[in-house]
Amino acid sequence: MRKHREPVEEEKLPDGPMISLRDLRVSYDGREILHGINFDVQRGETLVILGGSGSGKSTLLRTLVGLEIPSSGEVWIRGKNFVEISNMERDEIRKKLGMSFQGGALFGSMTVGENVALPLLEHTKLEQPTVEIMVRLKLDQVGLSGFEDFLPSQLSGGMKKRAAVARALAMDPEILFFDEPSAGLDPIIAAGIDQLILELKKAFHMTIIVVTHELASAFLIADRMVLINKGDLVASGTAEEMRNSKHPRVRQFLDRVPEPAVAQELDYLQMLTEPSSKAGEGRQGKSR
Amino acid sequence: MEFLQATGSAFTNGMAYLGSLATLAGRAAYFTFIGPFQGKPLRLQSALGQAMETGVRALPILSLITFFIGLILALQAAYELKQFGAINYVATAVAVSMTRELGPLITAVIVIGRSGSAFAAELGTMKVTEEIDALETMAIHPVSFLVAPKFMAMVLMLPCLTIWGNFMGILGGSLFGVLQADFTFLRYITSSLDSLFLRDVMTGLVKSLMFGITITAVGCHEGLSTGGGAEQVGRSTTRAVVVSIFLVIIVDLVFTLLFYFLGEQ
Repeated sequence: MRKHREPVEEEKLPDGPMISLRDLRVSYDGREILHGINFDVQRGETLVILGGSGSGKSTLLRTLVGLEIPSSGEVWIRGKNFVEISNMERDEIRKKLGMSFQGGALFGSMTVGENVALPLLEHTKLEQPTVEIMVRLKLDQVGLSGFEDFLPSQLSGGMKKRAAVARALAMDPEILFFDEPSAGLDPIIAAGIDQLILELKKAFHMTIIVVTHELASAFLIADRMVLINKGDLVASGTAEEMRNSKHPRVRQFLDRVPEPAVAQELDYLQMLTEPSSKAGEGRQGKSR
Repeated sequence: MEFLQATGSAFTNGMAYLGSLATLAGRAAYFTFIGPFQGKPLRLQSALGQAMETGVRALPILSLITFFIGLILALQAAYELKQFGAINYVATAVAVSMTRELGPLITAVIVIGRSGSAFAAELGTMKVTEEIDALETMAIHPVSFLVAPKFMAMVLMLPCLTIWGNFMGILGGSLFGVLQADFTFLRYITSSLDSLFLRDVMTGLVKSLMFGITITAVGCHEGLSTGGGAEQVGRSTTRAVVVSIFLVIIVDLVFTLLFYFLGEQ
């Protein structure tokens, strides 16, 4: 049924968590990738979503920003069920979210300044000079002053990520999402990105969600962590609790214990999509 | 039985594909014609840029090709006509076949090669580098931001290019007319214009408008449905060209049939 269009009033932020997931399930082509994820993220908290390749953590992040539609379950963002609201309401919420993609996802045909200005020009009625000042401010915040007129192709990997963060910050978001912020960067540049995340958290008290598999970075920035494995949330807790966890999957992940190689395509698909408890039982005989 | 199954599934897939093209074209049309009245931005500047790229920059190659096509048409028509001593009808033959059929078709094929493929490659690359996703997370509708300006440019420029192509074709024919059929340049042009009815030009332009919509829808749809990786971008671009040419021919057939049975012939 078509939802009635009403102007979205500037609502007061509800108390309670900024993000809540309730039994979130996501499927591709009939295969379930996420098997009922539940967690809350409080305002001002930095949550790190850990998980190996193919664990479903990126799918989880894409679902949180509305790029994937869950097959069932609820995604509550700022007190509204992101899955059921109208497109207009979803867009209103999205204006308060910022997302920094793994490769930056900067528009290649626009300069860095135009990239950062885009959301402001699209969603606000600010005059061009004001937008230019805002762009300079945002680029200042990420340490890219003076790079307004550069094209993304002229920037290094780390600078691209910073520019992407500046664009994500353009609308002064309440929630900031990072997809693999340090992937593909050398340790020094990666540490710089971590530092930037910490500064943003300190300065703006933003709610930050980071998807990563870089342990050093995760332990540095996280208030709380969750570990996703084969589409299940297997553990969650503060950095300290995770470090001391006895959960076998957490230990395997933190102690970097290799997994036996996957022999068959079907095994691989099964490994990706089966709930880990079941998969664990099923494969115990084979792998251990 | 298996053959029937395969045919059935190919048919339903084809229909589903046409359905998604129609949906995309419909949404682009919405953002072009209705959206601006509902407070959504009309991206004129971006559309102008696209019009420059798909229209103005296509002029040199379009002029050259349609000029030669006109010349070839004149040669082929004269081959038959001179046997009946009717070589002075060559101007009519060239003018009618250019405006009704070859002008719109050749223009569409050139635009597919230049712009249809470019749309697919541009949007495909943006899909692969997550730029389309980035737009969505910024609450900017990709169809409004990327497809609608292309749609606007094509709907405007393809008929314009077709008119220019028709003119260049007639000019090409006149080269033969003047050198080989005892026309003066002015008499050739007058003779061409006299042989044309407004409906000949209009049917060609209606077709070119539909071709424009088809090329945009296929190019953008292929781009937006690109999977991961650079190889997929190449595949989408190829598909965009092949499918566009095929659908343009089908659209041409449908509209030619329509005009025929409407008694316009």
